[in-house]
Amino acid sequence: MSDVLSLIIAKYNYWLYVILMMIGLYGMIAKNNLIKKVVGMNIFQTAIILFYVSIGYKTNAGIPIITTADTAHGVVVKAADYINPLTSCLMLTAIVVSVATFGYAMALAVRIYQRYQTLEEDELRMRLSEE
Amino acid sequence: MRILAFIVVCLTGAFLLYGTSEFPDWGDPNSPASLHVAAYYIEKTYEETHAPNFVTAVVTDYRGFDTMFETAVIFTAGIGCFLLLRDFRGKKEHYYHHIPTGVILHIKDEKKSLTIGKEFGYMDKEWVPPDLINKTVCRILIPFIQIYALYVVAHGDYSPGGGFQGGVIFGSSLILLAISYDLKTLVKRVSERLLGIFAALGVLIYAGTGVLCLVMGGNFLDYGVLAPLFPGMADHIRALGMLVVEIGVGIAVMAVMTIIYINIVSEGRHDEGL
Repeated sequence: MSDVLSLIIAKYNYWLYVILMMIGLYGMIAKNNLIKKVVGMNIFQTAIILFYVSIGYKTNAGIPIITTADTAHGVVVKAADYINPLTSCLMLTAIVVSVATFGYAMALAVRIYQRYQTLEEDELRMRLSEE
Repeated sequence: MRILAFIVVCLTGAFLLYGTSEFPDWGDPNSPASLHVAAYYIEKTYEETHAPNFVTAVVTDYRGFDTMFETAVIFTAGIGCFLLLRDFRGKKEHYYHHIPTGVILHIKDEKKSLTIGKEFGYMDKEWVPPDLINKTVCRILIPFIQIYALYVVAHGDYSPGGGFQGGVIFGSSLILLAISYDLKTLVKRVSERLLGIFAALGVLIYAGTGVLCLVMGGNFLDYGVLAPLFPGMADHIRALGMLVVEIGVGIAVMAVMTIIYINIVSEGRHDEGL
């Protein structure tokens, strides 16, 4: 029992992201409303974004912007002094793209509502089989 | 269905949690993700590009090709929203309100319309008079939000910021205008045509910078070869190239955010919304 507990404490960040990701996945699978499914997808994306950013974190390191002291010639920039810029950069674009895809999904939902007057999945299936 | 979904989710979560035991510790400087190319970026970026912000340098220089297509994805999302929702049919009935008296006019003939001005104002079924406090506060705030957005774009390679962030801030200031006044105010000031042109122009600036580099004899998006165009800036030429590209990204993101908002709230009719 204490082994499991120490494992959780050592990797608690990953545990949080996995739980958040599973909340999103559950929303995508089990919810009946299309908007709720899209919100679940957004929670899923947020979990992945947090996961990436936490991978790039280093203890006792600063933000990935060079300090004025290090810009002088001859000063060697040490990788351990700055957090990983690569993961932040990947997620920076991912956030904006997720907003764009969310907007597109909302547009699709608006069209579906205009045509079928509902966003509930079972009612939609019923309407589709009636046609 | 719910129980099945719960079981699937629990199983997937258990597998993922089992996998985390092999992951590097929180804040470990020697984790695999921080070793190879990331360490190179930190140590060499300032030497090679003279951009103090590593994230911007990686986004727009080392991974510039990737970011160009990210911008194209955003542009495509905006175009997709427009094509899905835009409805050019005018409304059959029009409502106006007479401003001095507050009388509401209902015109059923779709060919007739009143000029909007000091005497008559727009009106629709969900119309509520805009709140004076909201309007005044937003009117004062919006210019500052926009200046901040321009600052975030322009300082992208010196401080936290960049085209994506600045574009989103600028777009949200336009959305704030639409929320605090009404959608017609926004559409009248920033026309649909202008937004469409801006969205395309942003991607064009990005891709055009790449093509310009090709024309000058370098690789695609290799800003180093642009030095003859900016005499005396040879040291900072890569940072300048990044700035041009960031401006393109900012314009595209700003326009697309606004296009998506306008189309969704008015169901493509651009007349009434939140």
